[in-house]
Amino acid sequence: MMKAKLNIIATLLVLFSTTAFALEHPDDHSHDHGEGQTMDLKTEIKQTIKHHLKDAHYFELYHGLAMPLPVIIWDNGIHLFMSSSFDHGHTLANSKGNYYNLDHGKIYKTDSEGHVLDNQSIIDFSITKNVLVIILMCAFLLISFSKLARSYKKGPIPTGFGRILEPLVLFVRDDIAIPNIGEKHYKKYMSYLLTVFFFIWFLNLSGMMPLGINVTGSIVVTFSLALITYFITQFTANKNYWGHIFWMPGVPVPMKIILLPIELLGTIIKPFSLMIRLYANITAGHVVLMSLIGLIYAAQHWLANGAFFGLTLFLGVIELLVAFLQAYIFTMLTALYFGSAVEEHDDH
Amino acid sequence: MEELFKDFSIGLFVWQTVLFITLIFLLKKYAWGPILSSIEDREQGIKDALDSAQSAREEMQALSADNQKVLQEAKVERDTILKEAREMKESIINDARSAASVEADKVIESAREQIQNEKMAAITDLKNQVASLSIDIAEKVLKSELSDQQKQKDFVAAALKDADLN
Amino acid sequence: MDAETFAMIGKGLIVIGAGLGIGKIGGSAMDAIARQPEATAKIQTAMIIAAALIEGIGFAALFA
Repeated sequence: MMKAKLNIIATLLVLFSTTAFALEHPDDHSHDHGEGQTMDLKTEIKQTIKHHLKDAHYFELYHGLAMPLPVIIWDNGIHLFMSSSFDHGHTLANSKGNYYNLDHGKIYKTDSEGHVLDNQSIIDFSITKNVLVIILMCAFLLISFSKLARSYKKGPIPTGFGRILEPLVLFVRDDIAIPNIGEKHYKKYMSYLLTVFFFIWFLNLSGMMPLGINVTGSIVVTFSLALITYFITQFTANKNYWGHIFWMPGVPVPMKIILLPIELLGTIIKPFSLMIRLYANITAGHVVLMSLIGLIYAAQHWLANGAFFGLTLFLGVIELLVAFLQAYIFTMLTALYFGSAVEEHDDH
Repeated sequence: MEELFKDFSIGLFVWQTVLFITLIFLLKKYAWGPILSSIEDREQGIKDALDSAQSAREEMQALSADNQKVLQEAKVERDTILKEAREMKESIINDARSAASVEADKVIESAREQIQNEKMAAITDLKNQVASLSIDIAEKVLKSELSDQQKQKDFVAAALKDADLN
Repeated sequence: MDAETFAMIGKGLIVIGAGLGIGKIGGSAMDAIARQPEATAKIQTAMIIAAALIEGIGFAALFA
């Protein structure tokens, strides 16, 4: 019953993401890109995909309906105003006597004439589209899981949405944490593993929704996640872990010296591959899906249109699987690294 | 790769890191902690229930085994008692039988002896009576035979004739 | 040919290598599952981890 419901929801999501991307399909994004009005369809599709992959200072539900978001700039003091002041880059925003310009999603400090001041660097702490989605996702996770936690006070079996979430929590604990970290140490990592799993998975899924969200396809977000994994691994590691990095037991001394830089590099490569993997998978998925949707428009024959529609639908379903798989792999490898950090080598 | 680093947004990085770490701690306090402990409690409860059911079953089995054992012992005891009783009965019967036969033999023996004695007495008595009777008869015969002179002289003559003097 | 062309060729080679590697892992996992269907879950986990590690190298090559 629940499964059938989920299937229907998933199918609907794929269908609507197709139509929504279609709505997002740009008729005249020229003002964003500052190019001529005469763009052929191919360039348009390219621009749309590029635009979609980037973070934005607007939450664009579809073309023509864009929600302005707050801009926060650190420029010897905080400057706070709404991004509607830019009017999509058409005008300069004036805040406390300073002028800013929005060009290709980036904010530059300018003089009153609109000339970019190169020597003046500013830091952009704006609530961009991605930050907004992250905030909403945090709220969603907090509400749904604290609700699940409260439902245990009423009885041993959760009800409603919690009935879907509980098996997933058990899945993370029994299939990811315990086999990779071990019965003895897994408890202290559970909070991070569960948070990172649901955070990535739900953000991946939200990327499949027809809202043009692409948070986990942003290298900044995956970098932050991988960095936290890296720090937790290093700070909870026992002396065995460091022993294996700095002075590998059981190999001859020259080998130990050769292995030292390799092992040290390995500690950085591991989270780096986590970062790249998630970023690349999600980005690639979005690019492929949007290209196929673009092909539906580009194709001249109705038969080709239908074929590309079917292909998009198929790949959409695959992407739903990838959304889960990438969250799973990220959590799984994170757990594996934690496991290697607390592993106790009784055999040496 | 260069493009990625050029587009690297410090603002987004700071927001993501701060929000995510806050999320971890909030979820730990309000969600993961209670959820995991509830699940563990539930699992422990299920495990305890199963264990107690198992131990109850084992107890039942032990109890029935005990019953079986008691029954078996009772049976064995009954059998031994019966056997003993039977043996006692037989030994009593045997004893009685042997005692009776001894007694009977003794009685028979004494009876026989008495009979013998009586017989001997009777025989003796008879002999005496026969002897006296014979003497009486002989006396009477002699008296009747030798009542006149002639007959006495004949008898002495016959007797002298028989007693051949050679 | 300029450096970028060579880089592209290199990326192509790495993708071929990664593809072959992941294919080998997948094939071996299938064999293993066919041989021991009861160990499917464990084999799948190991397969995904191994494939993910190769994939990481592939992506590093593509994006570097």
